[in-house]
Amino acid sequence: MPWTKKDLLGLEYLTAEEIELILETAESFKEVSTREIKKVPALRGKTAVNLFYEPSTRTRVSFEVAAKRLSADVINIATETSSVRKGETLIDTGKNIQALKADIIIMRHNCSGAANMLARALDISVINAGDGWHEHPTQALLDIFTLKEKLGKIKGLNVTIVGDIAHSRVARSNIWGLTKLGAQVTLCAPEMLLPVEIEKTGAKISSNIDEALKNADAINVLRMQFERDEGAAFPEQLDYYKKFGITEERLKKAKKDIVVMHPGPINRGIEMSSEVADGKNSVILEQVTNGIAVRMAVLFLVAQAKEAGQ
Amino acid sequence: MSILIKGGRLIDPVNKIDGVLDILVEENQISKIGKNIKPSADTIIDAQGKIIAPGLIDMHVHMRQPGREDKETVATATAAAAKGGITTVLAMPNTTPAIDCAEHIELLQGIIKQDARINVLICGTITKGRLGKELSEITELKQKGAHALSDDGSSVDDDALMRQALQKAQQAGILTICHSEDKRLSGKGVINLGFNSTRLGLRGIASESEYKRVSRDIQLAEESQAPIHIAHVSCRESIEIITQAKKKGIKVTCETAPHYFTLTEEDVLGYDTNMKMNPPLRSRLDLAAIKQGLKNGAIDCIASDHAPHTENEKDIEFERAEFGVIGLETEFAVSATELVHSGALDWSKLIEKLSVNPAKILGIDRGDLGQAKVADIVIIAPDQEWKVEKNSLISKSKNSAFIGRSLKGAVDCTICSGKIVYKR
Repeated sequence: MPWTKKDLLGLEYLTAEEIELILETAESFKEVSTREIKKVPALRGKTAVNLFYEPSTRTRVSFEVAAKRLSADVINIATETSSVRKGETLIDTGKNIQALKADIIIMRHNCSGAANMLARALDISVINAGDGWHEHPTQALLDIFTLKEKLGKIKGLNVTIVGDIAHSRVARSNIWGLTKLGAQVTLCAPEMLLPVEIEKTGAKISSNIDEALKNADAINVLRMQFERDEGAAFPEQLDYYKKFGITEERLKKAKKDIVVMHPGPINRGIEMSSEVADGKNSVILEQVTNGIAVRMAVLFLVAQAKEAGQ
Repeated sequence: MSILIKGGRLIDPVNKIDGVLDILVEENQISKIGKNIKPSADTIIDAQGKIIAPGLIDMHVHMRQPGREDKETVATATAAAAKGGITTVLAMPNTTPAIDCAEHIELLQGIIKQDARINVLICGTITKGRLGKELSEITELKQKGAHALSDDGSSVDDDALMRQALQKAQQAGILTICHSEDKRLSGKGVINLGFNSTRLGLRGIASESEYKRVSRDIQLAEESQAPIHIAHVSCRESIEIITQAKKKGIKVTCETAPHYFTLTEEDVLGYDTNMKMNPPLRSRLDLAAIKQGLKNGAIDCIASDHAPHTENEKDIEFERAEFGVIGLETEFAVSATELVHSGALDWSKLIEKLSVNPAKILGIDRGDLGQAKVADIVIIAPDQEWKVEKNSLISKSKNSAFIGRSLKGAVDCTICSGKIVYKR
């Protein structure tokens, strides 16, 4: 099955087959990063623009590394250095980048749906690098890629996502992706951090972390997104750690080889203990490495679809 | 100047007429209704296969003038209304300045006198500057010709102040229109609260922000014996509360807008900002309840809540875009498509919702095609199909939720005070 979409906006919009295709493509690209000369010419002559409206280091750098390993030229635009501050609309900014004959825009934005809007307005490819509380598809893809690498499959797995689900685009993308591939997702959070009717995605809800860990093959631990909802109610930090924090003691009661993931950056001592973050079950740094392969795959596929469409 | 409309199906619910009849207009009045009127008028319109009805009345229109002439003006809004078969609108007072005193009402009256193509009635504010702090000069507004009062866009949060407003309005003999929304509950929400707001990662607006305030407004109306009209009803709980209030004999009427019986929260899934309005598009259950409410009389009338915004204010990130959609040009056709052609209402009932009932609620001598009545008439092509195109909209702003939609039922001709103000 060939990839036909010019954009990657979210995992909700993809079929299981399309997700599998990205994962397979990523597998073949992973090897590139182990070579002495870490470069293939797949996107030579293409220009990718990192358009970041929110501070981000890891995602931006990961995309930049991925694009460079595919031989694309990369331009970084952060809000502080562009005309965005002067009140230019998102669509105008996008059209200007398109007029520069860039091929792909990789965008991080604090408003949900910003990538959908930009993709609709432009002919060039748009990759969503996180929009508001909506989706962060490449993060979920790299989580799923890592899980599959560790456990050999996704179908039938029990995956628990714990933490601030309400404000998390990572959670939403993971729920869509994992569910489409046949995993059972369990969400564990204080009630105030669960968005309404989230169970309609097929995910189960649990308010007790020990129960949610009992049968879990993997756990994905999210950060509190205090910055994304000013004025909203958040649990008191110490209290949250007591009730939901992932500690070695809690992990002892879980499956022995449970995979522990975190999209980073970690708040040690708030959502998980340092021992767990650095422990034998943790795959946090492997996630970072896999992020490059997954993003290479996404860049490659959307560029190819664009070419095929022309 | 005389106009003879021949051979159309005349539907005049007030006079219980529904049949093929000719209608003669002389000067600004209806002078004769009958079979085979001698064709000797200045203008003769062949209306075979058409419906002739009283001109439509839209009691919820934001003209944006004075203050936001970049969005809409009295001239452009009334031209759009005429195109939509509308002969009377009620202009909402959330302009800059707000219509909260004699001076501002005179300012607007001057513009209307000069630019309006149809009848424009004025709604004054309940509170000064719509700030909810201090009452407007209600008696003065009434004397100057205001037809209703509303802080539309906001609700008067202070119960005591609202009670006082209703008492004053009752004494002055003027209707109060309630924008029933508790902003403490709707907060920074941008779409209906539910699975769709969760999916889209957008802040939700719970129905309770509407119906709890509807409930309060009705309670205050009961206490003060003042008539109230609830604007833009969107959810099933509000309809239930209004139904119960009507049963108790409380003087409450209400309206809904075409988008609430046509679209649902699922239409927002593409982040189309033309699907962003307040109150928000609700669930399928709410839509069904709205249709049922129109059928059983719980909802008295349809109003567009015409809310023009420029592209700069709409073609941006969803949560930053303005609330509201235009509706004057599509109100009739959407209603015909969704209510009549779908079998929910017959033509006569639809004309009640779009003309007869708003006239009654506003207490104006319109919505009636009787002898010697002012000749406000709409000629409708009931089965004409057309598609809403952005470039064909004549409203100054193009933020319609119905762009690209195929509709059945079109306005052929609009006559206001005996003059043809629109012809297709």
